[in-house]
Order: sequence, then C-alpha cells, then structure tokens
Amino acid sequence: MTMENAPAAKPIAPPRPKGRLRQALDSDIFYSYRRSPVTIVASIVAVSLILMAILAPWIAPHDPFNPASLNLMDGFTPPMSQSAFGDNWFLMGADNQGRDVFSTIMYGSRVSLFVGAMATLFAITLGVTLGLTAGYNGGTVDAIIMRIADIQLSFPGILIALLIFGIARGVIPANQQESMAIWVLIVAIGLSNWAQFARTVRGATMVERQKDYVSAARIIGVHPVLILIRHILPNVLGPVLVIGTIGLALAIIEEATLSFLGVGVPPTQPSLGTLIRIGQQYLFSGEWWILFFPAVTLVLLALSVNLLGDWLRDALNPKLR
Amino acid sequence: MLAFIIRRLAQSVLVMLFVALIAFIVFRYVGDPITAMVGVETRLEDQEIMRERLGLNDPVIVQFLRFIGNAMRGEFGISYRLQQPVTELILSRLPATLELAFASATIALVFGLVLGVYTALRPRSFGSAIIMAASLVGVSLPTFLIGIALIYIFAVELGWFPSFGRGQVVDLGSWRTGLLTESGIRSIILPAITLSLFQLTLIMRLVRAEMLEVLRTEYIRFAKARGLTQRAINFGHALKNTLVPVITITGLQLGSVIAFAIVTETVFQWPGVGSLFIVSVQVVDVPVMAAYLMFIALVFVLINLIVDILYYVVDPRLRVDGGGAGK
Amino acid sequence: MTEPLLSVRNLAVEFPTRHGILTAVQDISFDIMPGEVLGMVGESGAGKSMTGAAIIGLIEPPGRIARGEIWLRDQRIDNLPPEKMRKIRGRHIGMIFQDPLTSLNPLYRISDQLIETIRTHLPVSRDEARKRAVKLLDDVGIPDASRRIDDYPHQFSGGMRQRVVIALALCAGPELVIADEPTTALDVSVQAQIIEVMKELCAEHGAAIMLVTHDMGVIAEAADRVAVMYAGRLAEIGPVRDVIKDARHPYSQGLMGAIPRLGESLERLVHIPGSMPRLNAVPPGCPFNPRCPKVFDKCRTHRPATSEIEPGRRAACWLYPGVTEA
Repeated sequence: MTMENAPAAKPIAPPRPKGRLRQALDSDIFYSYRRSPVTIVASIVAVSLILMAILAPWIAPHDPFNPASLNLMDGFTPPMSQSAFGDNWFLMGADNQGRDVFSTIMYGSRVSLFVGAMATLFAITLGVTLGLTAGYNGGTVDAIIMRIADIQLSFPGILIALLIFGIARGVIPANQQESMAIWVLIVAIGLSNWAQFARTVRGATMVERQKDYVSAARIIGVHPVLILIRHILPNVLGPVLVIGTIGLALAIIEEATLSFLGVGVPPTQPSLGTLIRIGQQYLFSGEWWILFFPAVTLVLLALSVNLLGDWLRDALNPKLR
Repeated sequence: MLAFIIRRLAQSVLVMLFVALIAFIVFRYVGDPITAMVGVETRLEDQEIMRERLGLNDPVIVQFLRFIGNAMRGEFGISYRLQQPVTELILSRLPATLELAFASATIALVFGLVLGVYTALRPRSFGSAIIMAASLVGVSLPTFLIGIALIYIFAVELGWFPSFGRGQVVDLGSWRTGLLTESGIRSIILPAITLSLFQLTLIMRLVRAEMLEVLRTEYIRFAKARGLTQRAINFGHALKNTLVPVITITGLQLGSVIAFAIVTETVFQWPGVGSLFIVSVQVVDVPVMAAYLMFIALVFVLINLIVDILYYVVDPRLRVDGGGAGK
Repeated sequence: MTEPLLSVRNLAVEFPTRHGILTAVQDISFDIMPGEVLGMVGESGAGKSMTGAAIIGLIEPPGRIARGEIWLRDQRIDNLPPEKMRKIRGRHIGMIFQDPLTSLNPLYRISDQLIETIRTHLPVSRDEARKRAVKLLDDVGIPDASRRIDDYPHQFSGGMRQRVVIALALCAGPELVIADEPTTALDVSVQAQIIEVMKELCAEHGAAIMLVTHDMGVIAEAADRVAVMYAGRLAEIGPVRDVIKDARHPYSQGLMGAIPRLGESLERLVHIPGSMPRLNAVPPGCPFNPRCPKVFDKCRTHRPATSEIEPGRRAACWLYPGVTEA
C-alpha cells in the first residue's frame, strides 16, 4: 500500500530453527504482550482476582455465611476500622448484618466467576457444535440454525436471559427454585450468547471444508464427526478463544445485571451483583463502602478480562486492528 | 425497490411468527392459566368448564392461530398480578419508555458520531487516546453501575437532578409526557445518559473504525490529489461514505435501547414498560411477559425495515442494481 | 531554451520502520518541460510511484521527503505549508491513479465530483462549472455527456471511469499531470484508447505528463523522454527513441531487450537474471552490480551518480567516462 502496487514481500532471511521455548518467546503474540503495559497489568489484575475467588474459603478473613461467626453489633463498621463493640477489624468495612465486606466480595467473585465461566463454556459448547454442524452440512440445517442465530443476535442478551429465567420460574416447582437458581442462570446466560460462536465457527468451517485435506479425508471415508473434531475444530479455536474471552466479560456483567435486578442467584449465595443490589440501599444513608467495593471489584474483573480479549484479538489477527 | 421491500416484509413476518410461537409457548405452557386466573381453590369441575370455554382444550394449532389473531387485535389477556388488560397496561407505560429511549438514542447518536469522527481525524492526538481509553472502560461498565454512580454524584452529592421517577407529567390525549415540564426534563437527563452510554460507545467505535477505513481508500487520495479542501474531504467525501455501514448497525443498536431500558428503568424507578417486565418476570406474570416479547419483536422488526429502506436511499449502488446486491 | 516546468533536485524519500529507515527514493534529479511527456519506468518498488507522490505532496506518513528540492517553475513546492500545497494540487499538478474502480467516490454523482473540483480552484458559478464539466467529459470521449454527467460511478465501465478520472484530473487546468500506472488495471483492449485520450487532451490543454508505468510498450508509444528507475535510483534518462535504440545502462539494455507490444506486461520479458534488491538490502556500490553482465570491481565498491554522458542523456554507470561518484 505504501511503497508501490507491489506483489513483492519475499522473506528477507531464511528462518532459523529454534527451540520451542525460544519460539514461543519470539512469537508475535508474546512480542505484542511485552509491548503492551496495559495488557500486562490487566492480566495481573485478572489472575489475582481469579485466584482470590478460587481460594476464598481458605484465605478469606471471615466466613460471611456462617451465622455463628457473625455479630450484628459489627453492622455498618466503616472500612479500615475496629468494630465499635467487638474486636473485629474490617479492611473494607462491614455490611448491615455485620458481614466483612472484603470476605463477601471474595465469595461473591467466586459465584460471579463460576456462573460467568460455566455460562460461557455452555455457550461455546452449544455455539461451536451448532456452528460446525451448520457449516459442514450446509443446506436446510444451516439455514435453520443461522436464521435462529440471526433472530437471536438482533435481541439483547439480557432480554433473552430474562425471558428464559421467567420461563424457568414458571416451570420449576417452588421448593426447588432456590437450589436450581444458579443453573437456571447459567443456562439463561449461555443460551443468550451462543449465536456469536455459532456464526464465527460456521464461517470458518465453510472455508476449511473446501480445502483439499478435508476432501481427502472425506474421500477415504473418515467419519464426518471425526473430520470435524480432528481437522476443522483446531482451525476455528483462535477466533473462539477471542470471542470466548470477551464473552466471559459479557457473561460476568450479564450475571451481575440479572442479580442486581433481583432475578439472579438467591440471596443466600450472593454474587457481586447481589452485593451491589444490597449496597445500593445504603448509598443514600452514607454507608458507601457496602456498595463501593463490590462495584469496583466487578468493574476491575470485567475490564481486565475485556482488555485481555481485546489484546488477544489484535495479537491473533493484526488485520482486524 | 418494491420487490426489495416486499422481500424484507416477508422476512419480517417470518420473524414475527417465530417470536409469536415462543410467546405462545410461554403463554400457554408456563404455569397453568386457569389456576393463575382463579386460584387453586376453585372446584375442579368449574376449572374444567373454564378450560373448555377459554378454548384450552382445542388442538394446539387452533390455539396458536387464535393467539396470533388476538395478538393482531392487540389482545393479550389479563395480567395475573394487576388484574388489568395487558395491552392497556403496556400502552399506559409506553410513553415513558419511548421518551427515555428517544432521548438516549439522540444522545448516543450525536455524541457517538462527533467523538467517532474526532478520533478518526486525529488518531494520534491526546484527546483521542483519552476517548478511546474511556470507551473501553465504558464497555466494561455495567449499565446499572453507571446509573448508580450518576445518581450518587448528581442526585445525592450535588443535588442537581432527581434520583428517581419522571417528575411532573402532562397528559396530551392518551400520551402522558414528561418532556413539557421542567421537573420532567430534569428527571429524564440522568436515566437518558445512563441508557445512552453503551450505545454511544458502540457507535463511536464503529464510526471511528469505518472512517479510518474510508480515509485510507483510493478515492480519498484522489480527492486530495485534486486539491479539495480538508473540510470537503473529511466532512463530505469521507463522512458520507462512513455513514452507509454505520446507519445499519446504529439502527439496530437503537432498537436494543428499548430492551436495555429494562435495567435503566429499574435503577431510576422509571415507570416504563421495562420495569413492568422485570416485575412480571419476578412474579411470573405470563401474559405480560408474552405481550412484552411481542412488543419488543415488533419494535425490532419495524426498525430493521426502516434501516433497510434508509440504506437503500443512501447508497446509490443498491438503487440501480435493483436491490439484489444488498448486504 | 525554455524554462523547465518542473525541476526535481536530489530528491530522497524515506520511511522510518521498526527495522530502521528505508530509502524508497535516493538522490534523483530530473526536469519536465512544458507540454512534455516524461515516461518513468521500472519494476515494482523501484520508487517511481513514490517520486510521483513526492511531487504532488501526497506521501503517506510516516514517509517523508528527507532531502532535495522540487520546483514548479520558480516556486519551491516540497516544503510548502499544507494549505498552500493543497491549492497547487489539482490546479497546477493533477494526478491520475491506477484503479478507476476505486478512484471515484461511489456515493457522489460524476457531476458533483467535477463541479466540486472545478469550483475549489476556479472562481466560477455552478452553472459555468457544469458546462465546463460536460465539455470535458465530451472531450475525454464519454458519449451523451450532458446526460451521463449525473450518473454515479458504478454506472460506468472501467474504461469509461478512467476517462472520468482523466477529466477530473484535468478539470482545473493543471500544467502537469502525474499518471500513475493509468492503464494497468484496465482491459488490454481499452489501454491504448486511454493513453490516446490522455495524450491528446493534455496536448490540447498544454499540460505535461509524467507517465509512471512498468510497461515499456506504453512508454514507447506515448513518451517523449524516458527515465529508468532501479532500486530507488535513476539509472538512466534520455529521449525515448535514443534510449530504446541505444540504451546505455546495462539495466536499461536488459529492459529494452524486448519491447512488448502495447498492453503486454513487462516483467515476464525482462531477461535479466535475479531480481531487484529489497530497499533494506541494497548492495554497496552500484545497486545493480549483482545482476549486471558487465560488472567490474569498481561497481562493487563505488556508487555511480547519474551523470551526463552525452548532451541530453544521463546514466549512472561506470562504463562511461565522466560519471562521478555519488
């Protein structure tokens, strides 16, 4: 584009053979990682938050869900201070029931991340399967699957999730609703996000399908499922990884939104969204920390995952930049 | 042109039928309509009589057709929760939602366009870097948190705007508007900004990407080589070409403003259709859920149709090719 | 002797990249006389388009003119502020691009693009500008110009669009037109017509042409003088007949070895072994030395400047006395 209307571009020097590690460290992906301080910070933040969530039961200073360890007298203790009545010290303050906000955040991130990750996995599984099927078979199957994906893509995920949630409420008997709530949420969020994956995978599959090695495999009678898994799937993993990362951030936000709206996880298992919903009630009366810290955690989590996804997209496909 | 519109219309009808099927399934099979209407205490024989009278024993396909027929007349039954006709309920709350959606769509469009063009024309400036960083943060911020933050800053701390509700409203026939009173205007500002931010970010990024793309094209180089002014190139040639793809996606985004309003309406206790829907989901008020679904689908289909026609008007290439080359 | 219309002196164009600075054009000098057609020939990447872009001031950043001067009559134009340079583009120097399919804004009528350009440079009313535009379209050979002027670009064929492009480049009456591979993207059948139209019209308007191409056939057909570029440098420049008949630089000799008929592509016919070096790997000495059949020791260490070897002819080759070191 700059130099001439040139079909030039021949390699300057023949590639030297390298060890695997050197190759990895030399790769474009690692290069772009080192070159992007934002990405480095984002990955550190994301990993710390995820570790914090996973290790919550072992490292949390308090167990916010054990009524025995709670003291209502600790309620509304401000951050970085001693409770007025007990000898408990609270880094991020205590909420209305005297629960340590820091600990509820750790447990809350656990729920948020679990729901987000499971929902994304569900969406990937569903989307990739349907995308492969549509792309490989073509014809009517393809038309039906993609038409449904199109319709769904034009509606916001949150609306679809709400609808699925409402339906589940009507169908599941009342006494099981609480225990099923998390799974309903996962299915609802997953079902509202599969279409992106299906669309991408279908496109890539249709391209791969035309290639000689796939035709060859088909001619010698390899089972279609085997062809899909062994030959086509690896080729579509890159884009799936990118959409999956950004999808995880979306799923976390979606879960928080649903929980905030009061149609998410049950109050006995609060996620970050639930904590924000609770904290909102105390915003006007000055107990800002009950809302503030969960909100910051949620934003950090969503933002860092989003940034990683953004970087991944640029690194894997510089042309999209 | 006519063939193009007819084909689009046919597609829209298909989409509506598909959504109607889902709405019907929800309406008919989620919970039991009879127990929802009369309570479990009614004698089984009476329930059976009602069932027969309401046509719930008819073949499914007959029920579905009846559902569609009713839907086309705007009848969705009685809300379980409020014991009022659903259509009446939705219509009474519609103005609030539409005004909110309209206000935020305007904000999103104006600022999205201006900021997108700015960041595309000055890609290396400090201002652009700030805007782009802010936009990435904006995408990661859940709408409800933005709403809460705005309430805290501008309503609680500064006291400039009310934190909830629509303010004073005026009846214009059957349309209850909040745009004619000062308190109404003040009330709509925060929710409108909240609702607009996500779309604003999207529109801005889209405009920027498209415009950067257009600025690299050969016809822009040729325009420069002819000595046209920077203004004519940037705001004439480049912007016009940018707008073609932007119109499509922006149009579709504006449709989702109405659906996204669910969250904003809840945060600001805005008495619109969205908050009605949330409560209905919480208590499984099936007729309202079904009707809302149909309503949103209708909005989407209409917007889609308008966007398609607009696209057709803007791009001369589609007009002459007889509409076959679209999208 | 008349004054040259355009003088390029020791021009160098550079591109800073991640791996250091690339020199796309190195130390080239030439003149274009009023009304003259100067052919600029060379392989892809030899720097001919870049020279054209430098003259009209449209080098894409981060590329830049690193050294040298460009004069349009008695005005130096390589260092003008952007707004002054803009007024020269279109008005004094016009440009025709390679691909007519992408050169025209698809959303603007032909009439709007022409009238806009004319009125940017000339103080005429809309109606006058339109009359002028119709006349121009007629001149470039668009049938039924007064009606077709209100069509959109996609309603024209490739050849017709290139005629529109020529009309656009000429509409404000420039004295110099830079035609960058104006026929490469076209069907062979219309290439000759386009060259013909361009030549005729420029002659009529008294405009000089700098005709950039890799097609020796086009040059032979249309140019008065030819400049041969190699690896960002001027290998040889002289009257087109002399260079074709009796090329001095071994590279031009190879190039002239077989002049194809108009329309055939050059690259296949060059029978010089090897290929042009990449800009970041130009060898020391004469850049052509690894491929030159007549290479000797001096060529590998000393770089020849493009020097006068007989009146009206210059070449950069140690074979000739009087060639100095660059």
